[in-house]
Amino acid sequence: MAESVAQRFYVQPRSETAHANVAPRQQGQLAIVARQLRRNRGAMIGLILIMAEILIAIAAPLVAPYPPLQQSVKHALQPPSRLHWFGTDDIGRDILSRVIYGARISLRVGLISVSIAATIGTTFGILAGFHGGALEKFIMGFADILLAFPGMLLALAIIAILGPGLSNVMIAVGIGSIPTYIRVARGSTLSIKGCDYVTGARSVGCSDARIMFRYILPNVLPPLIVLMTVGVAGAILTASGLSFLGLGAQPPTPEWGSILNAGRTYLRRAWWFAVFPGLAITVTVLSMNLLGDGLRDALDPKLRR
Amino acid sequence: MFKYIINRLISTAPVILSISILVFSMLHLVPGDPVRAMFVESGGASAEQIAQIRNLLGLDKPLPLQYVDYVTSALRGDLGKSIITQQSVTELIRLSFPSTFQLTVAGMGLAVLLGVAMGIAAALHHNSWFDNLTMLTATMGVSMPSFWLGLLLIYVFGIQLRWVPITAGSDMRRLLLPAVALGFQAAAIIARMVRSSLLEVMKEDYIRTARAKGLSSTKVILRHALRNALIPVVTVVGLQFGGLLGGAVIIESVFARRGIGQLMVGALQARDFPLAQGCVLFVAIVYVLVNLGVDMLYGFIDPRIQYHETPAAA
Repeated sequence: MAESVAQRFYVQPRSETAHANVAPRQQGQLAIVARQLRRNRGAMIGLILIMAEILIAIAAPLVAPYPPLQQSVKHALQPPSRLHWFGTDDIGRDILSRVIYGARISLRVGLISVSIAATIGTTFGILAGFHGGALEKFIMGFADILLAFPGMLLALAIIAILGPGLSNVMIAVGIGSIPTYIRVARGSTLSIKGCDYVTGARSVGCSDARIMFRYILPNVLPPLIVLMTVGVAGAILTASGLSFLGLGAQPPTPEWGSILNAGRTYLRRAWWFAVFPGLAITVTVLSMNLLGDGLRDALDPKLRR
Repeated sequence: MFKYIINRLISTAPVILSISILVFSMLHLVPGDPVRAMFVESGGASAEQIAQIRNLLGLDKPLPLQYVDYVTSALRGDLGKSIITQQSVTELIRLSFPSTFQLTVAGMGLAVLLGVAMGIAAALHHNSWFDNLTMLTATMGVSMPSFWLGLLLIYVFGIQLRWVPITAGSDMRRLLLPAVALGFQAAAIIARMVRSSLLEVMKEDYIRTARAKGLSSTKVILRHALRNALIPVVTVVGLQFGGLLGGAVIIESVFARRGIGQLMVGALQARDFPLAQGCVLFVAIVYVLVNLGVDMLYGFIDPRIQYHETPAAA
């Protein structure tokens, strides 16, 4: 599917000479995608929720009713109330405030892991597709080896090497998703490199690096954007899972997976302790998935109505 | 067919070789001194202790020799000893894997049953509220962390309703909740797959013929459409198996089941490298072998598939 998307939905490369008459067309494509996206109710709900979450994360100190680390043993394990909407944890910290600050961590983890995976994966994928030969064999062989591990296992193996901790989790999750980007970028590059404008660029003497960066990269982006949106969701899910196992964020960091981990001990006495952080993860991942599905449909001309 | 099986077996060898190299390198990729890293938790070790561990792990030998030693021992079933408990890694894995395997198979079974049923029901009532509800549940299922679902199940069915015991164990009743928590995401993926695959197949000529004969919708789906719609599902089931094997790590922790996941997480927290390496190597090889098995299954399920080399495509 990735190849067909790239094939059908390539923006014309902007060369200096062609710049003037290309710009409106590019805008036209974007407008079509935006219109498609607006028609998709699920994607719009996803987009609105993500925007709201980003705003809340940025404004955390203003929105959160209490500081996330403020303890008050007197108010330990209180059920949801007017004062504490999501209740309090075992040492009296306000769970709503911790969940709000947790959004900062989870969004950051998602973005950084995906950036690591997308940057490295796309670079190697384009290199493999563009150059072919032994380099392609080597890169694809490497991707296949990484794919031979179930995602979670690979993340665990990398944590074993680097040791537990939130930054290591981001690296582990990022490395784990590199092969997917390599495969998609390579597939799109293969379908694009035969196009006339690439041959044209080559014939006027553009260097390989310039062709890859200026002409191929913009055209392999659409399928990668879908992959990245869904990838942020996956990264948040895996990273919170690792924190839940005690291998990621360490207490007292208000990370959702790690709050859940603390909350499970008190499941019998304080359901809210484990329920709300989990709900936050679910809503975030759900919104990203809805948006990702919508983007996929909007970018695939075959599905346009 | 026979040639395909042989080829497929041969192509598995380099993958397993690479896995062994990668797992072997784990220890050598540790930033700084891995032996010191092992003692970070316990607050350092004496020079003698460090030398002893180095000797035990064979770290004082040249690197290629270490690898050859590692592989030959692994082939003999010797994955070294746990640094912490001094027990044989192979023995620890042998004791804990059955529990993980049982959980994974139960999760997969539930996922297939639930997923196929939901997918058929949704396709039968295409575009109805039922279809929408099923697909919404499926989207939720894909987005929900399995460990959270596990805790919710424990709270509702174990603590509030007291329908199932929440203590760890291997009998069927104790397996149910972990299996649901583990398999729900796969069920959601399978349901979406079955639904779209069925809707696709329903456009085929032979379905029109079956309808023209006057068969009811249900009969058309069950007798004619489902057999063909299930083929892509086998692929998903194969792919999901690895996901479930990885997911079992977390679910075991939620339900306090003593499986290979718990073993691995314990090893990671204690930085017990031989044990962590052994677990990773073992699970990765099981995953490769399961995928090999699934590939071979295709031929029996779908006689249309011809085994020949296809050009690699993304």
